[in-house]
Amino acid sequence: MIRRFITRQLRQPLPPARPESDPYARALPKGDLSGGRPAVVRVDGATKQALETGRTRLLVAAVSFTLAFTLIGWRLVDLGLMADQHEPSLARSLSSDALETGRADIVDRNGIVLATTMPTASLYANTQHIRNPQRAAERLAEALPDLSPAHLRAKLASGRSFVWLQRNLTPRQQDRVNRLGIPGLYFQREQRRFYPHGALLPHVVGFTDVDNQGLAGIEQSFDDVLRASAKPLQLSIDLRVQHVLAQELAGAMTEFRAIGAAGVVMDARSGEVLAMVSLPTYDPEKPAAAPADARFNRASLGIYEMGSVFKLFTTAMALDEGIVDLNDGYDVRQPIRVARFTIRDYHPKNRWLSIPEILMYSSNIGTVHMAMDAGTPRQKEFLGRLGLLQPAGVELSEVGQPLVPSPWREINTMTISYGHGLAVSPLQLTSAVAAMINGGTEARATLLKQDPAGAGKGRRVVAAATSEKMRRLMRLVVVKGTGRKANTAGYVVGGKTGTADKPSGGGYARNSRIASFVGAFPMDDPRYVVFAMVDEPKPTKETFGYATGGWVAAPIAGRLIERIGPLLGVAPRGDDNELIEQMLVDIETNAEGRQLASN
Amino acid sequence: MSSFARTDTSLLGRWWWTVDRWTLLSLIALMGFGAVLMLAASPAAAERIGLQSFQLASRQIVLLPVAAALLIAMSLATPRWVRRIACFGLLGSIALLCLTLVAGAEIKGATRWISLGGFSLQPSEFAKPCFAVVSAWLFSLEREESGVPGAKIAVGLWLVMISLLLLQPDLGQAVLVSAIWGAQLFLAGLPLAWIAGLAVLGAGGIVAAYFALPHVTERINSFLDPAAGDRYQINRSLEAFVNGGLLGRGPGEGTVKAQLPDAHSDFIFAVAGEEMGLIACLIILGLFAFVVLRGFARLMGENSFFVLLAASGLLVQFGLQAFINMASTLHLMPTKGMTLPFLSYGGSSLMALALGMGMLLALTRRRVGGGAR
Repeated sequence: MIRRFITRQLRQPLPPARPESDPYARALPKGDLSGGRPAVVRVDGATKQALETGRTRLLVAAVSFTLAFTLIGWRLVDLGLMADQHEPSLARSLSSDALETGRADIVDRNGIVLATTMPTASLYANTQHIRNPQRAAERLAEALPDLSPAHLRAKLASGRSFVWLQRNLTPRQQDRVNRLGIPGLYFQREQRRFYPHGALLPHVVGFTDVDNQGLAGIEQSFDDVLRASAKPLQLSIDLRVQHVLAQELAGAMTEFRAIGAAGVVMDARSGEVLAMVSLPTYDPEKPAAAPADARFNRASLGIYEMGSVFKLFTTAMALDEGIVDLNDGYDVRQPIRVARFTIRDYHPKNRWLSIPEILMYSSNIGTVHMAMDAGTPRQKEFLGRLGLLQPAGVELSEVGQPLVPSPWREINTMTISYGHGLAVSPLQLTSAVAAMINGGTEARATLLKQDPAGAGKGRRVVAAATSEKMRRLMRLVVVKGTGRKANTAGYVVGGKTGTADKPSGGGYARNSRIASFVGAFPMDDPRYVVFAMVDEPKPTKETFGYATGGWVAAPIAGRLIERIGPLLGVAPRGDDNELIEQMLVDIETNAEGRQLASN
Repeated sequence: MSSFARTDTSLLGRWWWTVDRWTLLSLIALMGFGAVLMLAASPAAAERIGLQSFQLASRQIVLLPVAAALLIAMSLATPRWVRRIACFGLLGSIALLCLTLVAGAEIKGATRWISLGGFSLQPSEFAKPCFAVVSAWLFSLEREESGVPGAKIAVGLWLVMISLLLLQPDLGQAVLVSAIWGAQLFLAGLPLAWIAGLAVLGAGGIVAAYFALPHVTERINSFLDPAAGDRYQINRSLEAFVNGGLLGRGPGEGTVKAQLPDAHSDFIFAVAGEEMGLIACLIILGLFAFVVLRGFARLMGENSFFVLLAASGLLVQFGLQAFINMASTLHLMPTKGMTLPFLSYGGSSLMALALGMGMLLALTRRRVGGGAR
């Protein structure tokens, strides 16, 4: 149908030919001068009309093409010059560097980069293309002075088609090698992990090997996550607090010529670890150069008999189980003899002591009485509830297994009550104290930043009333007891010191001990728990020959709190605040009353 | 420029003074751009398919002088010879198109190629210019009332062509051939009402293709809706233009060629945009526009109906092909595999375009009585 129609249309009658139609055409000679025509040249009216129509429509076609090409030109200008404003998503969405690095950054709770990945170049050689290994080795050694010419020559003359010469060159080194123009040397694009804060927190962040496999710390435990994601992994660590803690611990370590130190700062409500330090430390970019002792994480992997700080748990247990109240007490005149041991007090008082006094003067005898009244099963259950019998649930593989006595005899119950015979990690201890003073809910240690909404919703481990009493007792120890050097004006610090002789052979060493302090602030509304521990401090003149928790560790906590309090936004309280008075326990009247009664 | 004396009446002398030298120069310039882009874009493609880096580039660049020679040789012909060559060319192409259906090599789901003594040939490329010239001849026969049923034959020829192309299937070429044919009908004086009717039919054909052919559905969907379908290629392509900016990143500095499998053929314009920048792209666009518009302008004074139709058919083919390629690269229309004349990789396309443009140059040569200019 179409075909017939088109034929008809094209053959439509045209206006009659005019004789004078084209004199020019008529003047043409005969012959084939243009294609497709009969031999006789005939630009008659019909053809002329057709040509006219054709020409007019040619103009339409030309205009169409002009418009089409103008559209292309406009689009080109739009993309080439103005795309930055118009379509930013197109230009940026898929070409970000984050995708290329293949390992996500690790950042602290405020977004400061703790570990990042950067592209580097590694130098290798195809020795079959090296014409003169001797000469090449000499010149290369000039450009890279770290490499020995002899070593290089041996590699370059090996005849192998692939041999690493130096991994991870700096851009400057790469430029120097390029300038040599030695054929057969090539660069492999690689990625290298950088730790901008160096030795400040390698025990937290960890490190990777040359192939960017996580080998320690968060790098190891979150290896898969870091590989799979381009989004930075945000830790609970606050780099500022970490720095202060590391500095204070290092100062004490030097002062007391100690072999090591460890410390933790934890959010009492959420269990978030704001700082975790283990000394000595090392450079995570050169882990192989560090001695094993430096790589050892004393804060989470190391387990220690913590000494008197454990009296907090014994007291809390006795209060929580209703065995004693704050007004009760024990006669501590007689040392306790069990089998071949005799349990004595460090500062014997030789009188009846109330519960607050037992903690304040750190009486072993009084504490053992409390534990014996509670009994082994309850002690075991209570310590288990506080998480002291299982490894800390933190996101690290470097977690120490607590050393729990088995079987757990009466003698163990006695010694554990004042911190011997059960070894736990500082992280476990800090978590347990956090739970004890935050109102009584579990504060599972974590290194990942938590949603603030989830804090305080943990499992209940002690009664709220017990928690409140423990806050007051800890405050008392810092105001009047062994922890006085931790007292910091305005921050209402509470805590407990500990000094434990280190186990040595079958017994205990006399002169190698762990001095520790665990505390919290502000005690009217505890926000942060701090723990400081010095491994084998030596007495100094300034400490009058003492190297105890009160002389070594409590001052660290004091200076630490003074510096991190403002950083963490804790508002200082006035010194003669009623609140602070309320925090104390009225021990004098109690003691006097009871003494009268016993007389 | 005048290496021939005005009075030189030898074949070359006459050619030199009658041929459209500016168009010739523009075409040679496009080939030059093609050579540079081929050096930049094809190594990535060559390495991807396991060839030596410059194997594809050298293959194409060796063909460029041959194409230039074909272009010039064709432009020496008279309109009558153009017609004869086109007739034979069309017959040959149709024969080869039939052959592809039985003996063609299947590449990416279509049989468009035929192996001919070590070369693979795409007959549809050669069919296009020959068809344009032959159908122009048929229309002019009809108009001249020579007793030959030109229009009927033209309709039959068109039906044969698009059937063969759709059987491959090669929708793009079928649309292009129809567009050339439609443009010639339009220029031949078909009443506007019927032009409109045919345009509606054409649109209907595209709608039918959308519903009937899954890959057409997919491409049109992904053009209309950014969320649907695979937009990888077009996004890379647009990014290339943005990255290139005004002056480009420099020859060889582009990245799009490593990411797009068709960077050396269908997306060569994106490589130009990234490596040479906006200005070079506008120059390339300008060259295409110049050839087409200058061709139309020259035809305004043409007295031969056959020449007018044949030359404009060739120009429509050239211009439309360039437009479709650039427009799909710039995401102005759904992506359609179509080569950018003289710039894209592909021997068949290059030689066929040289043939077609050679015919154009031959037809637009100034002849006594042929044109007013």
